[in-house]
Amino acid sequence: MSETKKFMYVNRKAPYGTIYAWESLEVVLIGAAFEQDVSLAFLDDGVFQLTKGQNTAGIGMKNFSPTYAALGDYEVNKIYVDRDSLEERGLTLDDLQHLVWEDEDEDYAEKDSIRLVTRAEMADVLAEQDVLFNF
Amino acid sequence: MKLTIQINEGPYQHQSADTAYFFAKAALEKGHEIFRIFFYHDGVNNGTRLTTPPQDDRNIVNRWTELAQAHNIDMVLCVAAAQRRGLVDDGEAQRNGKDATNIAPGFRISGLGQLIEGGVQSDRLIVFGD
Repeated sequence: MSETKKFMYVNRKAPYGTIYAWESLEVVLIGAAFEQDVSLAFLDDGVFQLTKGQNTAGIGMKNFSPTYAALGDYEVNKIYVDRDSLEERGLTLDDLQHLVWEDEDEDYAEKDSIRLVTRAEMADVLAEQDVLFNF
Repeated sequence: MKLTIQINEGPYQHQSADTAYFFAKAALEKGHEIFRIFFYHDGVNNGTRLTTPPQDDRNIVNRWTELAQAHNIDMVLCVAAAQRRGLVDDGEAQRNGKDATNIAPGFRISGLGQLIEGGVQSDRLIVFGD
């Protein structure tokens, strides 16, 4: 498999009400081994997946949110977040985890992974992809 | 065109599994190739041979088996999703110490890499279900 494709994982659901967020993350982590050009998008209730300070003690489920911080190590560093979805839910960038990656080409400089985009910009990003996974 | 189909919903509760089946059938009739059908999330429940729908209803599981056997289609249940939901083949029963298996003919259990590979190898990846 030498061909590189643009893979996009679209996340639209809150993290714990259904299993989609977690099983999406599992695909992303496995898929990272395939050395494709990977992007993630978070929109609608999916933006809640990235919020910081998640505490699942009261619902008896595993808190998988720390895993998002590891994505940079898997060279998954294009994380598009829909600005309108955040605003509609009373959230700002400050409510999200600070996700970063290290740029090997710039002496491992730490760079932000999250890119806030408008709906129109999100549409453009989605249109560029070869393979879309919706979760 | 070479297609990989991903199915995310179980049988009967949602129409997704039916829609995916009719899509697959129509695509094959039009001469397209199906590289793989990958069952994820509750979609793995499409692969249990223990389902017994009423006689006047469609048998979604048998329908998949017949389609796969007629067209030599690779049908894969995601192992992580299958383990969570109790879909078991001989290998899984042995590995996890289960006292039974329930996987239907034509299905196999494998990893998420099979889904990614489907996306890489196929002209289109088509997803059914939420």
